[in-house]
Amino acid sequence: MLTTVNHHHRVFLLHRSPHFILSPKSLHTFSPKCLSSSSQTLTQPPQNHPIITLPTSQILSIRHSLLNRQLTAVEIAESYLARLRHAEPKLRSFLHVADEESVLREAKEVDRKIANNEEVGLLAGVLVGVKDNICTSDMPSTAGSKILEGYRPPFDATAVKKVRELGGIVVGKTNLDEFGMGSTTEGSAFQVTANPWDESCVPGGSSGGSAAAVSARQCVVSLGSDTGGSVRQPASFCGVVGLKPTYGRVSRYGLVAYASSLDVIGCFGTSVADAGILLHAISGHDSFDSTSSMREVPEFTSKFTSLNILESRPLQGLRVGIIRETLGDGVDENVVSSIRAAASHLEDLGCSVTEVSLPSFSLGLPAYYVLASSESSSNLSRYDGVRYGNQVTADELTFLYGESRARGFGPEVKRRILMGTYALSAGYYDAYYKRAQQVRTLVQKSFKAALDENDILISPAAPSAAYKIGEKKNDPLAMYAGDIMTVNVNLAGLPALVLPCGFAEGGSAGLPVGLQMIGAAFDEEKLLKIGHVFEQTLEGHSFVPPIVAGFAS
Amino acid sequence: MASLLFRGLQVRPLCIYPSSLLTKKVGVFYCTSNSLHSQSVTTQNQPKTQSKVASRNQGTTLDKLLKDYEAVIGLETHVQLSTITKAFCGCAYNYGSEPNTNICPVCMGLPGALPVMNSKVIEYAVKLGLALNCKLSLNSKFDRKQYFYPDLPKGYQISQFDVPIATSGYVDLDLPLEYGGGHRKFGITRVHMEEDAGKLIHADGGNHSQVDLNRAGVPLLEIVSEPDMRSGIEAAEYGAEMQRLVRYLGVSNGNMQEGSLRCDVNISVRPRGQVEFGTKVEIKNLNSFSAISRAIDYEITRQVQLHNQGLAYQIVQETRLWEEGAQKTVTMRKKEGLADYRYFPEPDLPEVTLTKEYIEDIRDSLPEIPELKRRRYEQMGLSMQDVIFLANDVNVAEFFDATLSKGADMKLAANWIMGDIAAYMKNEKVSINEIKLTPDELAELIDSIKKGTISGKIGKEILFELIAKGGTVKGLIKEKNLVQITDPAEIEKMIDRVLAENPKQVEQFRGGKTKLQGFFAGQIMKESKGKANPGVLNKILLEKLNAKS
Repeated sequence: MLTTVNHHHRVFLLHRSPHFILSPKSLHTFSPKCLSSSSQTLTQPPQNHPIITLPTSQILSIRHSLLNRQLTAVEIAESYLARLRHAEPKLRSFLHVADEESVLREAKEVDRKIANNEEVGLLAGVLVGVKDNICTSDMPSTAGSKILEGYRPPFDATAVKKVRELGGIVVGKTNLDEFGMGSTTEGSAFQVTANPWDESCVPGGSSGGSAAAVSARQCVVSLGSDTGGSVRQPASFCGVVGLKPTYGRVSRYGLVAYASSLDVIGCFGTSVADAGILLHAISGHDSFDSTSSMREVPEFTSKFTSLNILESRPLQGLRVGIIRETLGDGVDENVVSSIRAAASHLEDLGCSVTEVSLPSFSLGLPAYYVLASSESSSNLSRYDGVRYGNQVTADELTFLYGESRARGFGPEVKRRILMGTYALSAGYYDAYYKRAQQVRTLVQKSFKAALDENDILISPAAPSAAYKIGEKKNDPLAMYAGDIMTVNVNLAGLPALVLPCGFAEGGSAGLPVGLQMIGAAFDEEKLLKIGHVFEQTLEGHSFVPPIVAGFAS
Repeated sequence: MASLLFRGLQVRPLCIYPSSLLTKKVGVFYCTSNSLHSQSVTTQNQPKTQSKVASRNQGTTLDKLLKDYEAVIGLETHVQLSTITKAFCGCAYNYGSEPNTNICPVCMGLPGALPVMNSKVIEYAVKLGLALNCKLSLNSKFDRKQYFYPDLPKGYQISQFDVPIATSGYVDLDLPLEYGGGHRKFGITRVHMEEDAGKLIHADGGNHSQVDLNRAGVPLLEIVSEPDMRSGIEAAEYGAEMQRLVRYLGVSNGNMQEGSLRCDVNISVRPRGQVEFGTKVEIKNLNSFSAISRAIDYEITRQVQLHNQGLAYQIVQETRLWEEGAQKTVTMRKKEGLADYRYFPEPDLPEVTLTKEYIEDIRDSLPEIPELKRRRYEQMGLSMQDVIFLANDVNVAEFFDATLSKGADMKLAANWIMGDIAAYMKNEKVSINEIKLTPDELAELIDSIKKGTISGKIGKEILFELIAKGGTVKGLIKEKNLVQITDPAEIEKMIDRVLAENPKQVEQFRGGKTKLQGFFAGQIMKESKGKANPGVLNKILLEKLNAKS
């Protein structure tokens, strides 16, 4: 576990002047007038704020401020809550925001401990957003579905429990596509979340709420879930760091199941360090999840090199494979050029970048949709109207089931249940499910081969930057196709890190483009180390959306 | 089922912890029917399970019917394992608990909850697989069997589909002598692990049903037999052997009334000589071995009669229910093709991998199974009647074995156990483990009689005291001064006294009424308070009576 004493090697992260959170004075003077004036600052390209060019760890900044008595946890919580409230009407990131009193109560407890010189966890005073398909005992957990409207689990998911044990404060439940099925967050039964960079655009999905909330600094970090790209694609759309750990690294206990063999809980942060620290907090074997790994959890961020001592080529000797199949037809030019630029940046840092081919790459998408739909058709059987959702009165049991489910599930969920039920039906199993499993094995093998030759693989996180709300809503196939960059990684169970690397046209400040780095199983450490160097040396971009810059000023 | 109103069918555990459920729901559910409670415990250890399986009359009509037809019967047996906790969570299961008191997020199937395998279930499955002479799968897996029913909280049952843990075994058994006896070997197709569902409680006259999830997630082993049985008796005996086996192995209490052992029958009838099977009918709701036998005999009769009337087409693939009251089977549901359970591998559980060492360790720790016990008793020279009786109940067999291990005479020990001890257990409705008599003391008792320390009659008297109150044979003999009188001088004194008191009878004896010897012996025994050694007594008595004639 990270403790205060062994942090000195990371102090470099704190050399930068802390920004968003550490402007409580401006927060206190917050007024609607400020809000309107902030819209003017939106027109200013954020690149002009050199102070926020490079991301820093908000978690470590908070810790530093708390332990040095520069700020109290209550002040920090208030500043985030203020920003949350300010942005929420526009973004609608949260399905449920924690009771302000209880957030402040938890913050006060942190302050009390610090005042008493008691040990506090690494996430002390850190406001964490939690995707609403992750169970919390003190807040509703609906998975974005009407069928779970008002459902309050009797337990915390293991990941949430661990966050709380380290002093993290759950600030609310973030919006998502119903049960994680979607890539835009438009599939939520309750609301559509907007992209903080351009409110007319989707934040991506399914963890769109978690990504938007972190991007807009409504919380420090957030938990999402990634079944086919649901952490990485919204991270790319919202310009934040998204980390999908190796399958089995983080307990799924308390994650409302979509496709059990693919689901992982992942992390969002505004810096690689934050994503790594959060991952460390939630990782490890859990006796409640027999698919969770027994492997030791390394201090993911301990090998981060201080910028001060960065050599000119800190990644010298690393072999990076750029996946050929991810830069071809159907991928936006803006995206391709951003990824190419990222690749040459990696070369500048000392990496040798070569193209690799994953011949099975294009097979991953249909295989993913067969497997994910099959598993979801089973996992969602429990929502039968007997115990969840609004039970439809019926004279016959089958009618009760049919009607309750017809009214409780949204169209995308129904589509996947139907597809999965079909794929698992007698006579079709071999042609679909079994075949998809064979593809999965192929995908695993080809990744294995590529990662034997390379330290990491890189690709875009999505074929395009964020698109307009409604643009693909009625074209499920187009939306599914958008998952091409990410689903293979889930099929192989590998870890992947997405971090912003450039911009595409759109919005007032352009729309962020994410670079995906894929590592070998359980080698998150390497991904994070490379990602950290990448982000600390990437100049000329700021990934703070205008909505934040405006608010803070 | 379908006609029920499901308006109120609900368990609403959503906003509350299971613990608070307890307090809240107590009183809302009143559990199951009374009949289930009233006949629980006692039957378990009574060695009579295989008796009276069918009435003789029906037997003879059946024999006639079966001249031209042959029944083909297979059984599916569900055994509820007596593990401390459920298959995939830490909940206990206690039959008859208040509804919804042994539940947690896992067995309730709450969103986000995941199953974690109870390794005891695998151990028990391996035990049973080995005892059934099965081939064990070193790599097996769990699958989801999917169907909707309110007692199935996840909408699927975790089971094993195409790779069960054990396959291709067999079981040996001996048919009861009253049905002609004989040895049989029936094939076992497979044994697989799965979880039980909850229970629906249909309120009397209500328009709703309630769900009790206590049983949900309780581990089961399903044993599928080959279609090797040909009569109700064979099927019932197969079921009884499964019960014996799981009790011998200690993997289940095998109690049919509590549903710990459930048998479903698959049966078809075909003209003799025909190779292909007839149309298969499944019979459910069989709550005793005799019900299995009677239901099969009924079903054979029904199907053969349809054949004889040229109405064989009316035999359709269906599930029929045995109605105990009416003593007949009735249609429950007709199957339209095969039900599609959309099995697929359970992604929440790792594969089950057995190492050779693990299997061998379990094999080495297996107790003597019923068949081996019977063969051993047989070789020891016990009669088949005794063999079947003693091996029927594992506790009786262990009692018998323990008695022998103390050096008791085999035949005498068998007689005591099957005679007076069994009679006592039957009258008092107790098991052999509940009586106070220990194998040590039974051996001591037998030895004391054999050595002549006490008479057989006295032995019988103190046996009941030992059974009811306990104590030791030696202690009781001393306490009650029961040591047999073998001293001829002492016995002679008593004889003299009795002869002196009954001169008339002495005269009559000497006049030829030799039957009176018994009268004298009785009087003398009474004089000795039953303690006189009968041999010595009779010898001297005869000498005396004859001497003076």
